[in-house]
Amino acid sequence: MSAILGFIAILTLIVGWFLSRQGLATKPWLEVDSAGGLATPNPSPYAPAQVGLGVFLAVVGSLFALLITGYLLRSEGLDWRDMPLPWIVWPNTLALVGTGIALEWALRAANRDDRGAVRTGVLVASGCALLFLVGQFAAWRMLAASGNFVNSGPADSFFYLMTAAHGLHVIGGMFALAGTFERIRRNERAERIKLSVELSTTYWLFMLLIWALLLAVLSGSAGEFLAFCGQILSQGGMP
Amino acid sequence: MFVAVIMVVIVVASVAFHVFSPWWFSPLASNWGYIDGTMVLTFAITGAVFAAVVLFVAYCLYRFRHQEGRKASYEPENKRLEGWLTALTAGGVIAMLTPGLFVWAQYVEVPDTATDIEVIGQQWLWSFRLPGEDGKLGAADNRLIGGDNTLGVSPNDPLGQDDLLIEGGELILPVDKPVRFLLRSVDVLHDFYVPEFRAKMDMIPGSVTYFWVTPTKTGTYEILCAELCGVGHSYMRGTVTVVTDEEYQEWLTSQSTFASLSS
Amino acid sequence: MADIPHDASATVPPAELEEMELYHAHSWWTKYVFSQDAKVIAVQYAVTALVIGFVALVLSWLIRLQLGFPGLVEFIDADRYYQIITMHGMIMVVYLLTALFLGGFGNYLIPLMVGARDMVFPYANMLSFWLYFVAVMLLVISFFVPGGPTGAGWTLYPPQAILSNTPGQQWGIMLMLVSLIVFIIGFTMGGLNYTVTVLQARARGMTLMRLPLTIWGIFVATVMALLAFPALFVAAVMMLFDKYLGTSFFMPTLIEMGEQLSYGGGSPILFQHLFWFFGHPEVYIVALPAFGIVSDLISTHARRNIFGYRMMVWAIVGIGVLSFVVWAHHMYVSGMNPYFGFFFATTTLIIAVPTAIKVYNWVLTLWQGDIHFNPPMLFALGFIVTFVNGGLSGLFLGNVVVDVPLSDTMFVVAHFHMVMGVAPILVIFGAIYHWYPKVTGRMLGDAMAKFHFWVTFLGAYLIFFPMHYLGLMGLPRRYFETEGIMIMPESGHSLNAFISIMAFIVGFAQLVFVFNLIWSLRHGRPSGPNPWRATTLEWQTPTTPPPHGNWGDHLPNVYRWAYDYSVPGAKEDFIPQNEPGSVTKGDPA
Repeated sequence: MSAILGFIAILTLIVGWFLSRQGLATKPWLEVDSAGGLATPNPSPYAPAQVGLGVFLAVVGSLFALLITGYLLRSEGLDWRDMPLPWIVWPNTLALVGTGIALEWALRAANRDDRGAVRTGVLVASGCALLFLVGQFAAWRMLAASGNFVNSGPADSFFYLMTAAHGLHVIGGMFALAGTFERIRRNERAERIKLSVELSTTYWLFMLLIWALLLAVLSGSAGEFLAFCGQILSQGGMP
Repeated sequence: MFVAVIMVVIVVASVAFHVFSPWWFSPLASNWGYIDGTMVLTFAITGAVFAAVVLFVAYCLYRFRHQEGRKASYEPENKRLEGWLTALTAGGVIAMLTPGLFVWAQYVEVPDTATDIEVIGQQWLWSFRLPGEDGKLGAADNRLIGGDNTLGVSPNDPLGQDDLLIEGGELILPVDKPVRFLLRSVDVLHDFYVPEFRAKMDMIPGSVTYFWVTPTKTGTYEILCAELCGVGHSYMRGTVTVVTDEEYQEWLTSQSTFASLSS
Repeated sequence: MADIPHDASATVPPAELEEMELYHAHSWWTKYVFSQDAKVIAVQYAVTALVIGFVALVLSWLIRLQLGFPGLVEFIDADRYYQIITMHGMIMVVYLLTALFLGGFGNYLIPLMVGARDMVFPYANMLSFWLYFVAVMLLVISFFVPGGPTGAGWTLYPPQAILSNTPGQQWGIMLMLVSLIVFIIGFTMGGLNYTVTVLQARARGMTLMRLPLTIWGIFVATVMALLAFPALFVAAVMMLFDKYLGTSFFMPTLIEMGEQLSYGGGSPILFQHLFWFFGHPEVYIVALPAFGIVSDLISTHARRNIFGYRMMVWAIVGIGVLSFVVWAHHMYVSGMNPYFGFFFATTTLIIAVPTAIKVYNWVLTLWQGDIHFNPPMLFALGFIVTFVNGGLSGLFLGNVVVDVPLSDTMFVVAHFHMVMGVAPILVIFGAIYHWYPKVTGRMLGDAMAKFHFWVTFLGAYLIFFPMHYLGLMGLPRRYFETEGIMIMPESGHSLNAFISIMAFIVGFAQLVFVFNLIWSLRHGRPSGPNPWRATTLEWQTPTTPPPHGNWGDHLPNVYRWAYDYSVPGAKEDFIPQNEPGSVTKGDPA
């Protein structure tokens, strides 16, 4: 359960940091405002959609942390054998990185309200995202061709399950990109477009992060890394 | 007024029920008297807290009920009082947890002198495997189940040849000898539970779980399955009889070994 | 009340954000069916939850019929019995309690109590309800498909849950898992709303420490639910894979009907970890809103500020965090590594401390109060008794070694029914009696309310208190047939019969409540805007029931905390949150 507990610990730190700035130690019964001056809560610099996205990403993070937890626990089973990753996942990673770069570029353009550049950036990002999805589908086909089906072994099952879960979130992200594109097409106000691009960028970078973590876990390097950490800890203090 | 009286009645009736009702632990027949002890201690502490809280509520309800002209006091908090209450609660919790953890340590640590006995659960009957003269159980695996080998004992393990198998029958145990039960399941989750022994543990297909116990009283007890195992769950009962050592040795000689059953 | 226009406090950023353009209903359909008004959605959630909850109540009668009078009704055979207990448990925990507290009370109270016009994402809010509705419908459908609903127990433990000799394996288990998945997706949409509305749409002056405890409870519970439900989601998806794609996430090598199945190597314990990683926070997801609501009920009806508000807030947050590291206390005898028992017993008993502080503070709020025995207060008092009782029996089960003889016995059944069945349900009733006037503009009938309270409270106590003792004897739970168990004396069967009769009485008393709800819609005494003379914002709306948008032309400003009852020197014994102070008040203590 280390993955999900680590994730919860990180969230607890974030929530704790947030709450520590909310005056939780004040005595509210002593603070009565008169009609002229209201107690000023820390004005939030974020739009509701941004906060909403943040909370949503925490939920998505919890989902993937739990999948990884399942993977790590299940991999202790005696029948476990690692599965070689199909080579195409590496070029796919590049496509996902491409989405991120294109969106970062679009975000810069949105900051200076360069509609044309924003449009290009979003289009390139969508193209890369599509490429990623096609590539992931190809990865499944390659696996199936080599006889690795979803029920061939626990590692195979997890590969299909995790890539499917990630793929569905990527498809969701493509709808977000379509929404951004629609806003540009309708020529909405600059800050709306900027917000929309910003939300998409955050979401897609998060998808990239999740994908990197999944790759690390599925390729077995996360397991090796954890074992290495365990070794260091168990030998801690030794010369 | 009425509400306050009912609150008092609830406390009095609950305590009276606890003391006078005929329903209580089944008579203990194992070394786990400590579990009963911890539970009685927990009853004392929690019972006192329950009575104190509800009686205090009853008093408040009577004393501070709405009457013409009554006005509540204004006291947002009282740090000292809250601190004391927190410390008191923490003390009560520690008083219950400490003995609990010590007894748990005993529960987890099996004494070296314990004999292994394997219990195998399947829908919906109990089977047992006892080590033969070598005192060791042979390997077993669900993957080996088939044909005559209904419990999956490994035919290739020499240790297992003299194991005694009791399928769907009664288990006999010698009194005052620690026993480690190794628990295995053929199909779904089960739980080996003898109320008089207090101890129990789930059985999981694919792995071996354990607990240990020293039966201290001769007699016949019922094994109940305590983990939902399908529609026959409540009928999955068995019998364990605790006898003197002589009777036990005599019973052992009448059991058949794995080798004799599979040949 | 002192509702000052926006420009009077220009230094404060507007609470009403531009993104939140109010949605306007154009037809009857969009006003009452596909409404995006949180208050309508709240009523939809509440009515759906109460209706499906009534189904679960009827199921509990069937359970009690079998346990109290075995064989009396031939319809209940072993297969049906297990289907009944499964559906009863799942409906009550997820589809009634979670949905009603968060979807029902959350939707109604959050915008009103924080001083917002509506939830921040009204469209997602509407989708949330309709997904919940679909999830409920899937469950209802499962009663009518071949093979009926699943009989795997509400915990759905594999391997049993997906084996072919479990009732409902044709359709029931699939519908159950899909229904849960749909529920979780729907809940996530709602949960995002509740969280972000509390964080972003509070009225001016509404600092976090001025929030009523109801909002704190619902808010923390929602955050917990958002993070915990994915565990159930993952478990459900993996189980569907195991059942329909032949994977072995949870399924080990096993023999069924003398045949080896094609599964191998899977870990049933993994499922239990995932399930309880959701399941334990779930207990507090139900409990925290109840804690919050009951604090406000006691404070309002005892005319006294909630005692130790800061401690109450810290305790809610602390319980929320701690509840993520106690899940395996449901698994002490599951066969997991027994050394985990030390850790989880310790964390579990630590969580008793903040919980106890909450109880003390409710009780101390009564001290030197001015206690009005209105129906909401009665239910709050009933909550205290049942919650203290159930919480204390939790100390038995949390203390790992005491749990060994008690786990999977009727003691556990009695414990969790007392603490997360009866206690939160009493709060739900209390809350409905409390806020019904705001929702409808009419009071619920008082005599009927009191009858409902006494029968429900005393009856439920008589059902579940003696039940603990059946478990002490060692009677396992989930037994279809208790006849012939050696440790069960004849008097035990009589006790079972008594419990069953009480269950029927309590069940029928709920009809009085339903009648009261319907009757008072037309015939209840008009309540006026603030019948309980309460301080919180929802009672200060310009019109009752509040229209869409809640606040008329101007959002309220908040000048004080939510518990200014019986302030020394004040004219009335309550000062609403939106009433400015004349001068800064000194420390009255």
